[in-house]
Order: sequence, then C-alpha cells, then structure tokens
Amino acid sequence: MSSYLLEIIVLLAGLILLVFEAFTAPKHKGRLAATCVFVLVLTLILLFFSSAGFGEENEELTRFYAWDPMARFFKGFAIVATILTLFLALDYRKVLSRLTANPDSEDGTGEYYCLLLFACAGIMWMASAKDLVSLFVSLELTTITFYILVAYTRRSVGSLEAGVKYLILGALSTGFLVYGIAWIYGATGTTELDLIGNKIDDSNSGYLLFGLALLLISLAFKVGAVPMHLWIPDVYQGSPTPTTAFLSIGSKAAGFAVAVRVTEPFLASGGDIAAKTTFILAVLCGATVLLGNLAAIPQKNFKRLLAYSSIANAGFILLPLAAWQTAEADLTSKEVIMFYLAIYLSTSFAAFFVLSVIHRNTGSDEISAFEGLAQRQPTLALMTAVIIGALAGLPLTAGFWGKFFAFKSAIAGGLWVPVALAGVGAVAGFYYYFQIIRAMYWRNSLDDSPVKMSTISFYAITILTGLTLVLGFWPQPVLWLFGG
Amino acid sequence: MSIIFVLIPLLAAFTIIAGGKAKKVALAAAGLNLLLGLGSLFCWKSEVWTLEWSILSKPNIHLATGFYDGMSVVLVILSVIVLFTAVMAGKCPEGRERLWYSSIMLIGAGGLGAFLSTDLFFFYAFHELALIPTFLMIGILGSGERKEAAWKITVYLALGSIVLLAGLLYLVGASESETWLFRDLLAAPIDSESQSGIAILLIVGFGVLISLFPFHSWAAPAYASAPAPVAMLHAGILKKFGLYGLFRLYPAVSEGMQDWLGLLIILLLCNILWVGFVTINQKRLDMMLGNSSVMHMGYIFLAFAALIEAGSFEANPLSKPAAVVLMFAHGISIALLFMLTDTIRRKTGTVELAELGGLAKAAPRLAFLFGLAGMASIGLPGLANFSGEVLVFLSGFNSYEGEGLGCVQVATILALWGVVISAVYMLRAYRHTFQGQAVPHTDSDHVKDFGPFCQIPAAILAVALLVVGFYPNSLLDLLKDDPDPAEATEQASR
Repeated sequence: MSSYLLEIIVLLAGLILLVFEAFTAPKHKGRLAATCVFVLVLTLILLFFSSAGFGEENEELTRFYAWDPMARFFKGFAIVATILTLFLALDYRKVLSRLTANPDSEDGTGEYYCLLLFACAGIMWMASAKDLVSLFVSLELTTITFYILVAYTRRSVGSLEAGVKYLILGALSTGFLVYGIAWIYGATGTTELDLIGNKIDDSNSGYLLFGLALLLISLAFKVGAVPMHLWIPDVYQGSPTPTTAFLSIGSKAAGFAVAVRVTEPFLASGGDIAAKTTFILAVLCGATVLLGNLAAIPQKNFKRLLAYSSIANAGFILLPLAAWQTAEADLTSKEVIMFYLAIYLSTSFAAFFVLSVIHRNTGSDEISAFEGLAQRQPTLALMTAVIIGALAGLPLTAGFWGKFFAFKSAIAGGLWVPVALAGVGAVAGFYYYFQIIRAMYWRNSLDDSPVKMSTISFYAITILTGLTLVLGFWPQPVLWLFGG
Repeated sequence: MSIIFVLIPLLAAFTIIAGGKAKKVALAAAGLNLLLGLGSLFCWKSEVWTLEWSILSKPNIHLATGFYDGMSVVLVILSVIVLFTAVMAGKCPEGRERLWYSSIMLIGAGGLGAFLSTDLFFFYAFHELALIPTFLMIGILGSGERKEAAWKITVYLALGSIVLLAGLLYLVGASESETWLFRDLLAAPIDSESQSGIAILLIVGFGVLISLFPFHSWAAPAYASAPAPVAMLHAGILKKFGLYGLFRLYPAVSEGMQDWLGLLIILLLCNILWVGFVTINQKRLDMMLGNSSVMHMGYIFLAFAALIEAGSFEANPLSKPAAVVLMFAHGISIALLFMLTDTIRRKTGTVELAELGGLAKAAPRLAFLFGLAGMASIGLPGLANFSGEVLVFLSGFNSYEGEGLGCVQVATILALWGVVISAVYMLRAYRHTFQGQAVPHTDSDHVKDFGPFCQIPAAILAVALLVVGFYPNSLLDLLKDDPDPAEATEQASR
C-alpha cells in the first residue's frame, strides 16, 4: 500500500460523503458519521501496512513527500484525533442541530462530519510535507476547513464571533507564512527543506533568519504560542466543543509537525544560525509557558481554562524543540514532542468529552457547573479527577511523563531560563486544574439530579482515563508508536 | 513484591474517593502496612521483595522497588509507623472524611514509594505524588493562616522539586549508566566537572525539601497550620526523603560534594544555631515545634558533612548509621509532638504558650507523653534521639587524628550547643504548658485527659522511641554490613 494513497482515500471519502449528505434523510445523518469513522478506522489499519510506495526515481514525490516514523506517527495521530472528534460530534449533535437548523431534526449536522475528513486529510499531508510549497497547500486545506468548523453553529453569536476572529487572524498568519517562504526561497533558491540546510552560509543567513522568523510567527499562530495566542481563548470558547477539541489537539499537533520540519534544517545546521533559532524558540517557549499558565489561574469557564491550558501545553512542547536533542541513545527532541502529543491527545480528549457531558446536562461550560458532581455522578467525578490530575502532570499518570521528558531534554540542552519558567508554570498548573476537583468534591450544587452520560461518552471517557492511568505506570506503548 | 506497601494505601485512597467508609478503610490499610512492615524486618534481604519491571526502553526506566539497603528498611519502618498513627491522629472536620483520609493515604503511599524505589524516576515521582495532597490539605483543611502557609510551602517545595529534578536529570545525563536503576547509576562514573554542578543542584534541591537554611522559612508556618496528620506525615516522613536522597545518591557525586563542603557546613550551623535561637523566641507551641524540626535537620546534615569530608561510606562508617538513626528518631518524636500539640489545641482551644499553663493536673497522661517526646527531642539518654545525636557527634570526629581541628570538627563542637538550645526551648515550652497555675480553659473542669483512641497511637510512637533508645542495635544491626548493590555490581564487572 503506497503511503500517499491514505490521504487520497480520506479526501475522496470526504467528497463522496458530502455528495451523499444531500440525499440523506435528516434523522439518518448519524450514519454519515458512522461511515466517516469506518473509513478512518480502515485508513488507520492500512497505515500499519503501508510503505513509501515510491522510490528515488519518482523525483516529484521524493521532493515533496516524506515517509519516516514522524510522518507515520502524525498521520496516525490525525486519524485517531478525527475519529475521537467524530464521536464527540455525534455526542454533541443535539446542540449542533439546535444551533444550525431545525432543533428537532439533525438536518444541519451532516456536513460537519464530512468537513472533519478534509481537515484530517490536510493534517495527514502536513505530516509528510517537506517542501515549503506542499506545506503551504496542506496547511491551507486544514485552516480553511477550520474556518467553517469554527463558525459552524451559525445561530450562536459566540460561534460567529469566533469564526470572524479566526478568519482574520488565520488570514494574517497565512500572509506571514507566504512572505516567510518567499524570503527563504529568495535566499536559497529552493523550497525544499532538505536542501535549505546545506545552503546556509554567512552571506544569506540574515535573510534566512528573517524568513524563518516570519514562518515562526505563522506557526506560533497554529500551535497557539505567544505572541500569536490571543485568538485562542475566544475562538475556543465560541466554537462548538468538537471543533474546539480538534483545534486544540489535531491542529496543534499539525502545527508542531510542521514546526519540527521547518526548524530542523536550521537547528541541525550548527553554527550561528542554529544558536539564533534556539534563542528565538527559547524566548517563545518561556513566554508561552509562563503566560499560558498564569493567565489560566483566574479563569471561571472550563472551556476557556482548557484554552489557556492548551497555550501552556504549547509552551511545554516548545521546550524540547528549542533544546533540539538528537542523541540516539536517549529520546530525541522529535520523539519527546511526539511522546508529549500522544499523551496530550488522550488526556485532552477525555477532558473535552467530560465538558460535553457537563454541557449537555447543565447547559453551561462554567467551572461552577462541576459543583456537586461527586454526589451527582461519582464515577464521572472520579474519572474527571484522574484526567485533571493527568493534565496537571500528576506523577504516575500519563501527563507526568510528557512534562518530565520535556524538562529532561530542555535540561540536556542547557535551557535553564525556560526550564525555570516552565517550573513556575507547572506549579501554577496544579492550582488552576485543582479548582475543578475542588468544585466537584467540596462544593454542593443546588441541583442534585443525577448527571446522565450517553453511551459514547461513557466508553470514551472510561477508555481514555484507563489509558491515562496505564500509560502512567507503563509508557512503553507510546514509544512503539514511533518505532522505539 | 515490596510494591505492595505502595499499592495498599493507593488502593485505599481510591476506595475512599469512590465512596468507601473512609476511616475504616484507611485504618485497615495503614494497619496492614504496619504489620507487613514489621514483618519485613525479619526477611528484608529476601529476593521476594525485589521487583524490577521495565516500563520504558528509551530512556531505560524500570518500575523497580525493593529494600535497596538497611537505610530503606529503617525508613520504611518509620513510614508505616507514622502512617498508622497519623490515621488515628487529629480530628477530621465533619463531611470532609474523603479528602482527609484519602490524602493521608496518598501521602503515605508516596513516601513509602520513594523509600522503596530502586529506580531514580519513581524515587522522584512518588515523592511528588505525596507533596500534592500535602499542599491541598494545608490549603483546604488547615487552620489559622492556612492560605498563606499553603502558598508558601507550595512555592518553596515546588521550586525545590524543580531544582532537584534538574539535578537528577543532569546526573542521569552525565552518567554513562545504561539504566536509571540505582545499582547501575551509582556505579557508573561521572566526570568531575559535572559532579560539582550536580552536587550543588542536589544540595539545593533536596535542601529546600529538608528545610536547609536559608530555604527553611516555609516549614514552621506550614506545620503550624497543617492538620495534625499532615504535619506528622510531612515532618515525620516526607522531610526524610531529602536526606535519604542525599545519602542514597552520594556515591555518584562523592567528588563533587567536596567542593561544597564549606558552604554546607555554614548552612547547617545556621540551621542548628540561628534557627535554634529563632525557636527559643517562639510564642506558640506549634510554631516552636515546626522550627525545632528545622533545627534538628542540621544534625543530620552534620553527619552528611562528615561523610563528605571522609570521602566514602567506608572512610566514615559511622556517618550513615548516625544519620539514619537520627532520621528515624526525629521522625517518630516530631510526629508524637505534633499529635500531642493538636490534642492540646483541641482540648484547650489555644496553643499560645502565654495562654496555657497547669495542664498536667487535668491531663497527666498527656503531660507525661509530651514530656517524654520533649525529652527525646532534646536528646535525653534512653530515648532514640540520644543514640542518633551521639552517633552524629562521634561521626564528626571519626576522622580526627589528634592534630588541629578540621572544619567538620569545629562544626561538631558548635553543633553541640544545639543540645543546650533544644533543652532551653523544650523545657520552657513544657513548663508554660503543663506546669504552674491552671488557667480557666486548662483546669480539670474544662479539660479531660485524652481517651484511648488517642492513646494508642501515642503509645506506639513512645514505645518506638524507647525501644530504639534503650537498644539502638535494633536499627544499627539493619545498617551493619550493608551489602551495597552498586559496589557488588562494580566488583562483579571487574
């Protein structure tokens, strides 16, 4: 099975289902989601059996398309994230239909599922993009899909506002991206990332650095790093919850996949430009990790809290990127980033599933909506406590390993200042995450009717929580994902 | 197998959170652990206890627990005793049983896990696990200025942990060891330049956790406002983690530690003398005990300084047993003191020394036990702390050959004055609390002597103090002829 066929399968499935959507009766829209899940599971299985499928002789694909452990990991990541988003969307479809079309039918929900497939295909392609042009195209495929996904619930003012903000800032960041690509092309005469590394010398390093800085600004927008983080809280809060989850996990991972590919030639080149790149990344990282964590402290809305936590996590993931470790004997920076993201996927999705359950039962995303959960639904409260602990980085949950390795590679890279800032951030993290636990266990709610969980969310939360605990004691399986 | 010490309280904590009968579950778990702990005294060298399970291949990390050497055994015994008594101590506020007992269980599990881990990762992770419920308990269920105290301890200990993490990761990075297991890690060579850097990170990181001067100011307010079991567990068990860590990791950085000997001696003297004088000046019983616990850490650091000066465990065979015995003695005596102070607070409603007096008439048993624990803390012969302190002072002079005093000897002589300081504040506190004229809220109409449920844990702690005091060999035998696994491996590879 040739690797590039995977994206084509997903993309075609999206197109075909979009056509079918027009002929599906409103009450059967859920079947579209089921078909999407089926296609994605199939693709995931095929992913394990696929090889590059082209050799050196195919110059065009060799230039554009990478097939390495990292590409494979991020493709799998995109597929799993999309499957989970689809489940979340199924779970959330009542709200989706209420805010799009006739509240009693599911008329308006069909396109939502299909659009997710396009975003997924975009992320999968991004994972393999090793040429600035293909990188730009795949990035835009994802971003444009997200413009629609963010503003999808058109009867919700918040969603529309989020859509406008995301559109304007997204377009701005695209501008930075293209401008940066132009500068890099101008300085080196190539858009191939492999070749750029060899063409760095004293005469062009200034132009290159300017181009790279522009690229990094655009990528900072993608991953939600300071100084391009301002859109995150508003957009996350306004978007429908499945979009928020996909944005904070799928889109962020894609951003990091690209960030690794783009910065690798510069960081690996050694010399002056590598030091400067490290410096820029270290500054971004320190600012992000500090701001994300500190700004999360006063939040009263869980979705907004998750938004700031997503900024904070971007900061933690930037630590290994800035430190850029390549020693094979230990986890390399690339591997640490993948490790962190894999764990972030399971804990974050679990949190979004919990949010969706709470939202359906109470109609609110506020932290106060968690009050009394320990009485109203003890199982969910216990699982939420584990998930929150993992997000905060409690030892012996999966979350601790991610932060631990991020710190480890930063220390190996000698980035003491960002490490200290990240330490402050990690401590602050405990405080704001534990607000949720406090609300669940030590506050009572006026409403003590039991909280209902749908089958989908029950299984999703149980499995993800179990994963968090198992990986906390036994993280080896994560390593297998990228061939460790 | 030894992971069972961790699993029992961990499962108990989950059961309690999930809605089990909090107090009964906690008591059963702690009791089972106590029995297992005492039982393991007789068979700790058995292979049964060792567990080594590879959980990650790159970097090579194991879930490994076991009794690494006698030091682990002693600290595990200390932990199970303090954990059991902490469950019975204090009074849980109505409706907060889940938080109260699950936190106690988690702190206990974390402490035991740290002492039992034979892999660097879990050594660190278990201790972190124990710190978080500590912060929560102080912040939520503490008394007095709990918010400030909770913030202070959180900021200090969290930053200390980060410094420590940096030191540990630096150590792993610089070492050529293939795994993170202590036996490989401690045997692998580290170049001297890195050693020095690692050593100072470890001293500062562990130092913050142990309340080494000048990072000690979190301790007294935190203990004063913490609920009784948390103060007992933290002062009794978790604080020993740092000292345990210093002695455990010492072989890896023995050269690097030499560079910081002078600094360490100055700091430990500040711990003993400066904090000692601060302690004398305290007006509240709980603050006084908190400060005294900071002060006594100085003695254990003195044993560590003697070890650094000598250069290896063989060159100063007294230092490690001295430190371990004193850790045990201090853990037990401070736990007893915190427990009794909490009883006094609940019975009379105050711990201000000026407002207390004459309590011995109304509560003779309380007075007796407090006196016993206070005497132990001063270092009266016949009680465990005496054995520890004497050994520490002897270890300070172990390498003395009759010519000119070295810095460790001078420090030892100065540290001896600490005993006098201890006597001053402890006896004064005893007099203010228990003797003299009874005031209205301490007379026998108002205060009853404490009941059997409080007596049992107090008696357990007091017996432990007496047993080790009269027969220190009970602990020293465990520490004798330590088969150091790291050296065994090294010799085998030669």
